[in-house]
Amino acid sequence: MDTLDTNNWLPTLLVFAPLAGALLMALVPEKEEETHKALALLTSLVTFGLAVFLFIDFDYDQSGALQYLVDTDWIEVIGAGYTMGIDGMSLPLIGLTVLVMPLVFVYSWDHIPSPGNTKAFMMLMLILETGMIGTFVAQDLILFFVFFEVVLLPMFFMIAVWGGEDRRYASLKFFLYTLFGSALMLLSFLALFFLAKDPATGELLRTFNMPALADSAGEGIVRSTQLVIFGGMFIGFGVKVPIFPFHTWLPDAHTQAPTQGSVILAAVLLKLGTYGFIRIAIPFLPEAAEAWAPVIGAVAVIGIIYGALGCLAQTDMKRLIAFSSIAHMGFVMLGIATLTDFGINAAIYGMVAHGLITGMLFFIAGSVKERYHTLEIKRLGGMLVQAPRLGWILGFVTMASLGLPGLAGFWGEFPAILSAYNPAGAISEELFRGYMVVAAIGTVLAAGYLLWLLQRTAMGEPSAEFADDPNITDVSTFEWVAWTPFLILIVVFGVAPGLIFEVTDPAVVQSLNECLKTTCEVGASVVAGG
Amino acid sequence: MNSLLASMAPLLAEAPTGPPSVTNDANWFLENAWLIPLLPALSFVLILFFGKRMPKKGAEIGIAAVGLAFVLAVITGFAWIDHRDNFEPAGTGGEEALVIGDDGLTSSDSLVLTAEDGGEGEKGGEEEGPVPVAVQSSTQWFQSGGIEFNVGILVDGLAVMMLFVVTLISLLVHVYSTDYVGGDRRYTHFFAFLSLFTASMLFFVLSDNILQMIVGWELVGVCSFVLIGHWWEEKPNSDAALKAFITNRVGDVGLIVGVITLFFAAGGGKTFDTLLINNAIVRGEVGKTALVVAAAALMAAVMSKSGQFILHTWLPDAMAGPTPVSALIHAATMVVAGIYMVARLYPVFYEGMQINGSSINLLATVGAITLVFGGLLAFVQDDIKKVLAYSTISQLGYMAMALGVGAWTAAVFHLFTHAFFKANLFLGSGSVAHSVHSFDMKKDMGGLRKFMPKTYITFIIGSLALAGVFPLAGFWSKDEILVGTGGWNFFGGTGGNGAYTFHLTMGMIGAALTAGYMTRCVYLTFHGEYRGGHAADDGAEAHHGDPHESGPRILVPLYILSGFAILAGLLNMPKGLALWPDSWEERFGHYIEPLGASYFPGISHGTPSYSLAIVSSLIAFAGAGYAFYYYFVKVDRLAKKTGVSLTGMPNGVTTTNPVARVGHKVLVEKYYLDHLYNGVIVAFTKGPLARAAYWVNQNVIDGGVDAVGRASVKSGRFVYDTIDQGVIEGVVNGSGKVSDATGEELRHLNSGKVQNYAAIMFAAAALLAGSFIILLAL
Repeated sequence: MDTLDTNNWLPTLLVFAPLAGALLMALVPEKEEETHKALALLTSLVTFGLAVFLFIDFDYDQSGALQYLVDTDWIEVIGAGYTMGIDGMSLPLIGLTVLVMPLVFVYSWDHIPSPGNTKAFMMLMLILETGMIGTFVAQDLILFFVFFEVVLLPMFFMIAVWGGEDRRYASLKFFLYTLFGSALMLLSFLALFFLAKDPATGELLRTFNMPALADSAGEGIVRSTQLVIFGGMFIGFGVKVPIFPFHTWLPDAHTQAPTQGSVILAAVLLKLGTYGFIRIAIPFLPEAAEAWAPVIGAVAVIGIIYGALGCLAQTDMKRLIAFSSIAHMGFVMLGIATLTDFGINAAIYGMVAHGLITGMLFFIAGSVKERYHTLEIKRLGGMLVQAPRLGWILGFVTMASLGLPGLAGFWGEFPAILSAYNPAGAISEELFRGYMVVAAIGTVLAAGYLLWLLQRTAMGEPSAEFADDPNITDVSTFEWVAWTPFLILIVVFGVAPGLIFEVTDPAVVQSLNECLKTTCEVGASVVAGG
Repeated sequence: MNSLLASMAPLLAEAPTGPPSVTNDANWFLENAWLIPLLPALSFVLILFFGKRMPKKGAEIGIAAVGLAFVLAVITGFAWIDHRDNFEPAGTGGEEALVIGDDGLTSSDSLVLTAEDGGEGEKGGEEEGPVPVAVQSSTQWFQSGGIEFNVGILVDGLAVMMLFVVTLISLLVHVYSTDYVGGDRRYTHFFAFLSLFTASMLFFVLSDNILQMIVGWELVGVCSFVLIGHWWEEKPNSDAALKAFITNRVGDVGLIVGVITLFFAAGGGKTFDTLLINNAIVRGEVGKTALVVAAAALMAAVMSKSGQFILHTWLPDAMAGPTPVSALIHAATMVVAGIYMVARLYPVFYEGMQINGSSINLLATVGAITLVFGGLLAFVQDDIKKVLAYSTISQLGYMAMALGVGAWTAAVFHLFTHAFFKANLFLGSGSVAHSVHSFDMKKDMGGLRKFMPKTYITFIIGSLALAGVFPLAGFWSKDEILVGTGGWNFFGGTGGNGAYTFHLTMGMIGAALTAGYMTRCVYLTFHGEYRGGHAADDGAEAHHGDPHESGPRILVPLYILSGFAILAGLLNMPKGLALWPDSWEERFGHYIEPLGASYFPGISHGTPSYSLAIVSSLIAFAGAGYAFYYYFVKVDRLAKKTGVSLTGMPNGVTTTNPVARVGHKVLVEKYYLDHLYNGVIVAFTKGPLARAAYWVNQNVIDGGVDAVGRASVKSGRFVYDTIDQGVIEGVVNGSGKVSDATGEELRHLNSGKVQNYAAIMFAAAALLAGSFIILLAL
């Protein structure tokens, strides 16, 4: 695997800058709320600045290679290394993370959820940022696992403390469900550690090093064992995505979480699962991936239809958006299930687009809740009359969410459907063409639930209950600042899809094992080139 | 996917250099036609951001941009005429090597290809002189998974014709709207979206690849959503907007599947390029099954977008939008998109539907059914715009049928003439409604010819053209369609691609219906006595007074459109009837039809016949005559006798004859399709199905999760109480510390629960680890 290790301090700095900010905040007394807000925003901006440097410095001609590679010993006793690197696959997701966080802090400036305690709230979000970036740069399985778990706790507390009525149930469910998945994932990692062999020499690798494991590509592991290991990761990552039927924690977590928590959850956290699939599960065990692909594709399209039907049954705006996430992640998983470069590119696009669009929808839901003190769809209405800009933004994001071409959502959805026509390797074409049609039908349902949402909340005359409510004001300055980048990027990524596709493409090609182009058979797997 | 690409390589190396169907070396205006959609697109942005601050609230920006686009479209049209007459591809001249795209060919190669291609053209048609060569300029948009995505323009006769129609109608609609929606609560916003609507349609028309077509197609759809729902305060309007969008989405499933199938089957998984795909199909390199699937899937898209039976139901409801929007949707920017798509991807349908040598196929039959069923529905409408809406459905049926029987030029020509007289009629109905503040012909109209003589005359012209009265525009294009069916063989055969006798019959019935419902519409609106002016419920009558003629910004567009409605048909007078000089014949077909080009199938033309023209005219007159007798003679006489302005006979056949009554009821209920869609399909999906899915979610899937949780709590408590207290103690202390750090609130958390859950965690993890290791060992 190609690697570049200039400027290799960058991943470390990116990961730990937010944590350093959080530590700094720990020293400031809790009373000084403004200082905390400023510190948190500043920290996230510094991280953003580092990422800007990363985006400038990154060698786009070699986006297939791991750049900024650090590789030193960490916990020698278990063979875990401090290995980090960034390639075209992780770059867009890092970008998404560092962009979303400052905007969440801006939004938080005048939207601290009850019961207050700005200091703890902000610190948790910074810790969360460390965990998220860490997951995207980690190149060692133990390191990956640690970061993957680091995000759990802050999100758990965000929901449990700052959440809605039913926050305890939701937060514990979120925590335990994800942890349950993580346990299986960890076992799979351990199995890989003990079983993976060097493709050249046939010796046991005994390593958690991710590039090495990708090179090994399941070489020498019995097929049935591969399938079980992949199954562990399937559940581990699948719970996080979440894919049907592991999704039930999501609507509860989203509905109960404070706005900021929902935004981060939707924008970034769900992508940790899909990222795991394309970074770890598929490259490490291509043969098992090929065998599992029909299952992944099936749960993906079930999720598309099922999530949409779930949306249609909702009476609460936020819960509806949560269910729409399940449907959208279904498209991402469908792209992944094809195991083609085209499909996985589409999946990464879908992740970024979903992050921007659904993140934005949750922002709007938060602002609606703040104004109307309810998210019950049938009590809302006439938002376009009372808060016209808010209504128009909702309309715009709705259109983006239902996959209108010219806006970001389309490029996650259409290419995923396209890739299903022709899946990789020996995966059944007939089956995936069936999935293709089902997924296409899902777009009709998406239009249905999103436009009904728009009609019932934004169109019509305001209901008598809220007609003269002075609380219902149009978009505030902080909201504008926080939202404008989302809105602009939704258009930019809609018009210039190459901005992401051309970055991810070489890395995705690199990650896909040669054997997926024909068929992956036991003992016949060829090592990835390069 | 890559291996597939490799296998396609030989095909692709050949494709761009194939027959000289395309050039990138032509007149500046042809190569830069992308400016035409760009202008209204810019106008959209400008109006959106600065419109409110302009003296005319943004309307001037829209009119200027669309006006300029119109001028460019006209120049482009002339450039195309010159190009079509004079452009000799380098290959056919035999002087220099043909260089197209990236690959060059030696001149001998290209000569061979040209000769072959010329041969095919001769076989199919009667074109002489240079073959049509489309102008394409394209650039890479982005790349993913080894596939290049291009964005570009494809200019040929068809595209140039559409540019003219869209920009002209849009310009007139813009001007008209300054009066019609003057003082509207969202005037600026209205103009912004008119511009975007126009830009989207132009973008769609110029697309040089089928992916770009999807983009344009969907943008057109969203603009129609916004404009139909322009007055979204009232629920019926937003309902109509949703219905339009969602119905079109149903068709889009077909579009997506069709485009993907074409991409892989005809584009080799490598290209979306329209011409390359068409070329491959014409050359017979594409499997039959794939073409049948693609054509059938795209058919669904055509049915929804172009209002074909049974997906037409959104179109009449779309009348909820402002009238200028209706005119734009029906004449130029929305519903003809489906027809245009079929015309653009004609080889897909020609081969996939097996049009040649047949007497029935899906496309032609859907069109034939639509044209009759839509025409019948127009008879029972009281709303003048709904009469016109069903009329559009019926006329689109003609176009679809024409394409289905292989009469490509007739379909496109009918699209062209229909745009003028239908826009004329819609804007005319708007002029009327502007005056009487209603669209209800029976309640608020009648006798308006006295009040609005100018509108009346233009409306009559539009109606005559629509009814296909000689020598107005509709006569020529409808006659061509009937000729193209190839079903008229009583007086010497008429050629064509097959013997579509059923479709000819339906077309003739449609002619009678069209003439009939327009006669009814004219009578109810303009004849008899004025029935409006009654006190409205809210006493708003005081403002209104008598109906009055509209102002110049409404009338001038009507005059212009009437002029086109009279004259447009003369552009394509049939060949071989010796009534006019040869140089007048089939000018439209000559410049628009790409017969002989490598991307177009070798269709055959029908032979025009006097007898058919006379018989179809007589049938239309019979339809008009019956309606005339009923309304202008019987009803009018009774009205004069009783002194009441009547809208029908008191004891008509629908009240006396049970069969007719049932038929009338079925029509009033629109064949019960709305009941089926809204009452059954949508209600079932939104109601029981969604609720059932959600019930399963909450009670089965999530219930299972909760049950596992509860069971774990029990076993956890057991573990905690009896075995593992020491270990857990430490964890509890740990979480207690974290709680302190995160603030007061955490203290309220039930620490007992945390302990329990921590216990479960360990228990569950241990259990899983055990089972996992057992699995691994197997």
